[in-house]
Amino acid sequence: MGHSLHLTVDGQEHTLVVDSRTTLLDALRDRLGVMSAKKGCDHGQCGACTVLVDGRRLNSCLALALTHDGAEVTTADGLAPEGELSTLHRAFLAHDAFQCGYCTPGQVCSAAGMLAEAADDAPSVVTDDLEGPVELSEEEIRERMSGNLCRCGAYVNIVAAVSRAAEESR
Amino acid sequence: MNPFDYERAADAAGAVTIVTDRPEAVFLAGGTNLVDHLKLGVAEPDLVVDINRLELTEVKALDDGGLRIGAMVRNSDAAADPRIRRDYPMLSRALLSGASGQLRNAATMGGNLLQRTRCVYFQDTTTPCNKREPGSGCSAIGGYTRYHAILGASADCVATHPSDMAVALTALDATVVVLGATGERRIPVTELHRLPGDRPDQDTVLEHGELITALELPPPRPGASTYRKIRDRASYAFALVSVAARVDVDTAGPAPVIREAAIALGGVAHKPWRAHAAETVLRGAEPNQETFLAAADAELEAAEPLDGNHFKVQMTRGTISTVLAELTAASATTSESTTEDTHE
Repeated sequence: MGHSLHLTVDGQEHTLVVDSRTTLLDALRDRLGVMSAKKGCDHGQCGACTVLVDGRRLNSCLALALTHDGAEVTTADGLAPEGELSTLHRAFLAHDAFQCGYCTPGQVCSAAGMLAEAADDAPSVVTDDLEGPVELSEEEIRERMSGNLCRCGAYVNIVAAVSRAAEESR
Repeated sequence: MNPFDYERAADAAGAVTIVTDRPEAVFLAGGTNLVDHLKLGVAEPDLVVDINRLELTEVKALDDGGLRIGAMVRNSDAAADPRIRRDYPMLSRALLSGASGQLRNAATMGGNLLQRTRCVYFQDTTTPCNKREPGSGCSAIGGYTRYHAILGASADCVATHPSDMAVALTALDATVVVLGATGERRIPVTELHRLPGDRPDQDTVLEHGELITALELPPPRPGASTYRKIRDRASYAFALVSVAARVDVDTAGPAPVIREAAIALGGVAHKPWRAHAAETVLRGAEPNQETFLAAADAELEAAEPLDGNHFKVQMTRGTISTVLAELTAASATTSESTTEDTHE
């Protein structure tokens, strides 16, 4: 049975009718042609499908689209509107943090979400003082990016890029 | 994925009514576990009732000094809540050690309690599993058991409960507030989950249609507390063994004495495991290595490891004694320096 769904994706509004089983990821890719979010494991284990929903990073493969009716979705593409690269994109370029393209959009969205969480002083499991301000050490960045997995071993450059972006946006 | 109807619930009572009336209906909260099960064919509901718009998102102080956490509070928001960080750091740390940033942003407090085992045979519908299909057998027994139970298992099921959060709640003596068709009831979290026995398909004591609406924490208690998780990689993995513990040391006398201890274990049983036997050994004893190991041994006396997880007995023993050593030192320091503010 079809259900009406309204989404704002990277600034563009869409109304569509979806089957109840449609995930947010499938709505983006198969229905709206938004190919920035990638389908990796499709089980919430790799993070390639990470997008920002109302500003918070989520695995779009484990979200039913209907649950997010009315939401504002931002993909890695939307973080660079009109091709205007963000601080984060530039830091990824400067540090050779880009990978095969499959996990990179998820890494970028996850990094954007994580930087916002850290700016709010949200702790992570490696934060020594739960009540203190968050300092984005390499250990903190690794922990906070750990929901994004790839198999190519370029993590060290991602940490450097995120670290640079954090400094520049301070 | 099988087809299912979808409804968005307007309020908690309405959600309960809809699900109660449909035997194959389920609640959908954060979806981090259920949507995966829909894809895998582990769950085949005919109706999904979306409770994401319910206003169960408040964290509020209780008159007795405790805290009430709405069931739809996201795991990341609970972990970052200033009162939880200050008064229940064990819970904050347990939440933060679970899953990933993305998943914690979606997962809810109520849903976390009701997540199902990550036993690989349970998730693989091509293999027999008594939890998924009662009477079909257990593929884990004699199979891959690294993540399986060493305490409280049965001949029908050796799966473990995957939640970190629930282990902390168990050590904290939290209460689960549940709404059903006939009204509200309160369940100590220690009594929410079941041991497998011959009905491993029933994870909890909840009836069909009952909805968790809130968790309540008792007022913070004195002593030092923490949550320690041991896993196969540094992050984003389920616990092989975890320990949530709080210890309060009395330093007034000639020698320090453990006044109170609360310990719960994760990764070792079908439910978060309250370590009563260990607590009994600790209460009134002097805090030293001998006491800590005796406490661990008292709890692990009943352990029945499987072929693939003998290591967990030693791992649990070591983790308990390490955590107790750290906490008794911290608690003794705290009670020497202050007598009032001994929350942690």
